[in-house]
Amino acid sequence: MGKHIAAFIFGLIFGLGLIIAQMTNPAKVLAFLDVSGAWDPSLALVMASALLTLGLLQRFIPGLSEESATQQDQASCGTPKSQIDGKLIVGAAIFGIGWGLSGICPGPALVGLTSGLSGSYVFIGAMFAGFVLFYGLHRRQ
Amino acid sequence: MTAFTVLSALAGGALIGLASALLLFTHNRIAGISGIAAGILPPWGADTGWRLWFLAGLIISAPLYRLAGYAIPVQIDAPWVAMAAAGLLVGYGSRLGGGCTSGHGVCGIARLSVRSIVATLVFMLAAGLVVYLSRHVL
Repeated sequence: MGKHIAAFIFGLIFGLGLIIAQMTNPAKVLAFLDVSGAWDPSLALVMASALLTLGLLQRFIPGLSEESATQQDQASCGTPKSQIDGKLIVGAAIFGIGWGLSGICPGPALVGLTSGLSGSYVFIGAMFAGFVLFYGLHRRQ
Repeated sequence: MTAFTVLSALAGGALIGLASALLLFTHNRIAGISGIAAGILPPWGADTGWRLWFLAGLIISAPLYRLAGYAIPVQIDAPWVAMAAAGLLVGYGSRLGGGCTSGHGVCGIARLSVRSIVATLVFMLAAGLVVYLSRHVL
């Protein structure tokens, strides 16, 4: 139960991070992707700040060795973290096309569940349909 | 058009990094939202519980923030057909590529995973190209 409550709190912190960074606003994400337009570099700073925070915490908190992370990576997706294959490239490209069309990725999509906008609901429904489609076509690992 | 917001970007990013680190330390799991969300679909297993709780926290963050008296601006300009297509592509693509903006873009890169660095470059390029074509060419 303690681990469940912890996971709830981490989800809450993650969501608040997305909200405060305004990554829950598709217009802001699209303004980052529109490099040749009125470019808004905010998303790059969000990523840099998240990476720096996570990187520092990973470095200074013992017990999280490179080894355990690699084991987990192989356990969770069955692929060593250095292996580049067609699935990775094609999947990332498909994901990127959807992200560029909408300005929404999975985290902000779920935070948008309470936005009251029909566009948010259509996106979430379609995203889960995409998950189901993948598991239907490729089998669950 | 949106303004460059330095402080909120840094503060929000730090919270995302903190939440990802905490999940890694206590659950030994990567905070990849697409993987966590897809993981609540059947067949259910030992990991279903914490995923549901994490997602509940993620979803409830918005009403809680509003309850504190702040607004969350959400501006969606794309028609619903585009949103449906985009959702489908994001869902399918994130599973095929093994991650999304959080799993590859934050957690993977923080671990210096070559896969994640390549995936992030590819989806950034693809998304940038789509925005360029839709805003400046078509």
